[in-house]
Amino acid sequence: MNLGYYPGCALHGSSNDYEQSLRACLAALGVTLAEIDDWICCGATSAHSLNHKLAIALPARNLALAHRQGLAEMFAPCPMCSMQLLRAGQAMAADKRLREEIADIVEAEVDGGPRVLNLIQVFQRIGLDKLKGAVRTPLQDLKPACYYGCLLVRPPTVVDFDDAEQPQSMEAIVTALGAKPVAWSYKTECCGAGMTMAKTETVLELSGRILANAVAHGANCLVVACPMCHVNLDMKQADAGAFLRTKFDLPVYYLSDMVGMALGLGAADMGIDRHFVVGGGN
Amino acid sequence: METTAGAQPAIPQIESLSQTRLAECYQCGKCTAGCPTAGQMDIPPTRLIRLLQLGDSDSALRANSIWQCVSCQTCTTRCPKRVDCAAVMDALRQLAFERGTLSPDERRTVLFQKAFLDNIRRHGRLNEIELIAAFKGAVFLRDRSLPFLFRDAGLAPQLQKRRKLHLVGEQAKDRGVVARIFARTTPRSTHGGAQ
Repeated sequence: MNLGYYPGCALHGSSNDYEQSLRACLAALGVTLAEIDDWICCGATSAHSLNHKLAIALPARNLALAHRQGLAEMFAPCPMCSMQLLRAGQAMAADKRLREEIADIVEAEVDGGPRVLNLIQVFQRIGLDKLKGAVRTPLQDLKPACYYGCLLVRPPTVVDFDDAEQPQSMEAIVTALGAKPVAWSYKTECCGAGMTMAKTETVLELSGRILANAVAHGANCLVVACPMCHVNLDMKQADAGAFLRTKFDLPVYYLSDMVGMALGLGAADMGIDRHFVVGGGN
Repeated sequence: METTAGAQPAIPQIESLSQTRLAECYQCGKCTAGCPTAGQMDIPPTRLIRLLQLGDSDSALRANSIWQCVSCQTCTTRCPKRVDCAAVMDALRQLAFERGTLSPDERRTVLFQKAFLDNIRRHGRLNEIELIAAFKGAVFLRDRSLPFLFRDAGLAPQLQKRRKLHLVGEQAKDRGVVARIFARTTPRSTHGGAQ
């Protein structure tokens, strides 16, 4: 399988462990990634908060670049990017005048952009049976709390993926890998998202609640499919613990780490050794 | 409450930007009930919408809560009347930014968003170290808070050790087109109000 690939800024910045993980894992599964030539930032929260037109134009430029490369499908591993790409595509599809205006703004043909896929959808496309058949090291000791956060499933009118309140797609994947996911209450609560720098206390409180709920339901790790969630739950985990006057020791894996571990890849192959929380009391 | 001279009426702009009919809201309170930051808000989402229904956009534009919203989309997802509350929050932020009616308590968040966009405008892709430096510098010029300036300083060696720190950030090759996209989408009247 060959997929268009829009890494987004985080995966080429401090979340480069996520890119290492998904590249190692997908290569092992025979998926090749065609990176969008000269992609630009999607604008993220800053654009949609301050400038509505810019928040459509930036993702639209990327959709157009993918289209120019002849890519029918584009994998966007960051849910922020993927929501913004989907939103821009839908806004333009619904409004011919907007489409023409944006084409002028971004200096590219914006008709017929690619279908945008998140990480879970890529694994679904590979197929759970194929994943199951490729498992060499079943993850039988792992009891993950599968954490979806916000933008993988919300708003459903835009992302149209799984159930917005009780998603199960990650549980299905980790179960195929031999893990035993726990039932818990915070799988779609917000971690504080991009407020890590500007409003740190918000992030510590919201992420702390998520970690506490996962622990209370017997999880021994968290699984995420978002770079921002990983930053808040892994890098900020010690601070979140201190903020709630407790201590957490919960490794946070990307979904691709889970698949890779089950395929027999090593922690260093996927950058798991570069996470902040190692687990086991370290 | 003064209104910025010469500004268009805010409420039609909010409805247009958010693609939402504010009159649809029947005040059930689901948006506030599910909001992860409602506990800190001066005016929670349900009341913000009510203020707009009553024509009081000035109070809504000055609320701290529009900058406390984390854009998690829970309100929009759960609204039984399809009011896109998260998009209304975006519209309020954009207008407050353009008109300079920013809540003084929440300038820090605006400075961050502004530093982020400035960074993208110049590089096409985010340069994290430069963003942090620009944001911290802008906050320091306003607040003169040394603890804030040096908070997270201990993180740099930790990130370095994990090969997560990039002293030279990536850039798009065609930065000219990025600059033109910004120029074509940014209203001339925007002074940002965040200086």
